[in-house]
Amino acid sequence: MSEMAIDHPAVGERVVYKTFPPITRHTLALYCGASGDHNPIHVDIDFARAAGFPDVFSHGMLVMAYLGQALTDAIAPSRIRSFWTRFAAITQLGASLTCEGHVTELIEYKGEKRAKLALTTKDEAGEIKLAGEAIIAL
Amino acid sequence: MVDPSAVGRSFTPVTARVEPGRLRFFLNTLGEQNPVYRDEAAARAAGYSARPIPPTYLFCLELMDAERPFEFLTELNIDLARVLHGEQRFTYHAPVVVGDTLTFKSRVTGVADKKGGAMTMVVVETEVTNQHGAHVADTARTIVVRN
Repeated sequence: MSEMAIDHPAVGERVVYKTFPPITRHTLALYCGASGDHNPIHVDIDFARAAGFPDVFSHGMLVMAYLGQALTDAIAPSRIRSFWTRFAAITQLGASLTCEGHVTELIEYKGEKRAKLALTTKDEAGEIKLAGEAIIAL
Repeated sequence: MVDPSAVGRSFTPVTARVEPGRLRFFLNTLGEQNPVYRDEAAARAAGYSARPIPPTYLFCLELMDAERPFEFLTELNIDLARVLHGEQRFTYHAPVVVGDTLTFKSRVTGVADKKGGAMTMVVVETEVTNQHGAHVADTARTIVVRN
């Protein structure tokens, strides 16, 4: 863990970085059960095709969970004040995700020193799947 | 299309318990190895009374324990097959740990048509409290409906 490293972060510093193995159909099936999100569009190819998609695709929240994992590998969960993402593009089967976070601003809120992080999740082609922000206490 | 009069509508509160077995299933699915989530001693050393939950798990708890997991879609006549997740926000006020019992209260806070009505964005905000009445988190999800 590199928790000490983020006590005095500098604007522009990359404090979050993690890569994940390719997303398989098995991952989607397990996440369907583990998350309670039983929307068949993520696990039933017949349903996905009938809805106009070529195949099943990842739950956005699975991708956000990976980003959250990358975040709390670097920063203790108790320091995270907020975590937000926009789902920029559908994450396809087989995607190998890279999650990153850079410090964009040092702020203070009600006497607490905080940092704002810009977060991204990209696939192996570099396409942005998630773009978001976390506020952390320092 | 979603009727803008849906703004302000609230839904059946959901009560969910943070159960260790279900949490382990989630951690295993994600390959999550961080000891703070897996090891009671590591969690206590980090200042928690028990193992905490990962940052997105609140979303799952609400879905898993809802009597009708997609109630807001059904109530607003939105077809599940036409829905994409647009945005998700979590704001954390206090720790949530294994053994807690949480209450989720959700309401619609926004309905807006985009791209000339090709899509409608629906925002649902949720207040999360624990068994002691403490306000532990707020979440907000934006759903994109393909009209």
